[in-house]
Amino acid sequence: MIPDTYSQPVDPDLIACLDCDLLQRIPLLEPGASACCPRCGKELCRSRDDVKHRTLPLLLAAASLYAIAISSPMLGISAVGREASTTVFGGAEQLWRDGREAVAALVLFTAVVAPALQIAFVLAMEFAGRRQEPPRWVRTLLRHHVLTKTWSMIEVMMLGVLVALIKISELATVIPGAAMYALGVLIFLLAAIQSSFDPRAIWDRVEWAEVRRAGSAVQNEATP
Amino acid sequence: MSQAAANAMALGLQSCETCMLLTRPAAGAHEGRCPRCGSETHFRKPASLQRTAALVVAAAICYIPANLLPVMNTTTSSGSETDTILQGVVLLWSPTGWPLALIVLFASVMIPSAKILALGYLLVTVQRGSVRNSGQRVRLYRIVELIGRWSMVDVFVATFTAALVQLQPLMSIAPGPGLVFFAAVVVLTMLAAESFDPRLIWDPSSEQEADDV
Repeated sequence: MIPDTYSQPVDPDLIACLDCDLLQRIPLLEPGASACCPRCGKELCRSRDDVKHRTLPLLLAAASLYAIAISSPMLGISAVGREASTTVFGGAEQLWRDGREAVAALVLFTAVVAPALQIAFVLAMEFAGRRQEPPRWVRTLLRHHVLTKTWSMIEVMMLGVLVALIKISELATVIPGAAMYALGVLIFLLAAIQSSFDPRAIWDRVEWAEVRRAGSAVQNEATP
Repeated sequence: MSQAAANAMALGLQSCETCMLLTRPAAGAHEGRCPRCGSETHFRKPASLQRTAALVVAAAICYIPANLLPVMNTTTSSGSETDTILQGVVLLWSPTGWPLALIVLFASVMIPSAKILALGYLLVTVQRGSVRNSGQRVRLYRIVELIGRWSMVDVFVATFTAALVQLQPLMSIAPGPGLVFFAAVVVLTMLAAESFDPRLIWDPSSEQEADDV
């Protein structure tokens, strides 16, 4: 259960390493430089002033490639005069039909839902985060942003598709579809977005949870 | 001031795991609430060792049927045959196909077993209060976190092979029951890595230094 009372913030320049709890002061960083924990070597923060302007164009490219990747055929096969092809959805659908519902759900989540959320969250934060006072929901998106990153497995799927392609090519002629090329580029775009998006810049400006709570308390007192 | 006193927990401070804001919880409280992002804050992840151990044991149990049961059933006009993960690797092994076999061997056999062993090792050393090789152990933890997702490769291979090879009555491929257990191993080990708190690796050495002062 989350306690009702908010903790007291300490010096904003002090942080504790999340991997070893060492208390330290973040130095002023040159653009592109990063600060690492002196004890365990974890990267604590990175200045993205030099690359953050790239985030939005990268996101727009990623969103359109994602649309191609999930809607167009991934792999086609042609054998003894018959042809067939499958999309990402088709893969999950076949698993479901074969009675592996749990795996189908996992594939759908890691290959379709999580990447979509990852792109959508960062896109929304990029737009809303530009305002002087970012809206409250930006805080919620930021909180769940890490989760979408962990479970979005586009690059793993790509490797899996390549292995499947070579495996099947021994049995039949395999035709790589447009989705495969889109996925190949999307992997690099997602990596670039991750390194250019700066969550710290938004955390620095977002309205604090505490402020909202205090504000509604004042309103409640005023109503009666 | 000694090194040990520089630990946030020793000073009664908590770092928010979501936004990294450093805060002081209410007097006597072990949990707090981040005033910036609203997440729950702790000194250490709650019941980290118990949760991680439970998930690792569950993953180790699922790992057995994942390797013994077939992940793919191939039906051809002349009959049907089943392949486990290891048989799949052996089948791929050919003068031209061996790099592929190596990829599958790594992703499906080495990574899951290495993850279970590495997390087990981290759990045992933390439980014993080991002070040695903390730097290496935290690096091991980061590797486990980083490579864990790659064992999903075999799930995707089976997914797309089964989706594509549906040339009834000539030949069709269906996912086998082993795939469910294999996917469970991947998810369970990823959750286990997430619930492990690497700060526990450093706690014994910090306490020792504090005692020395």
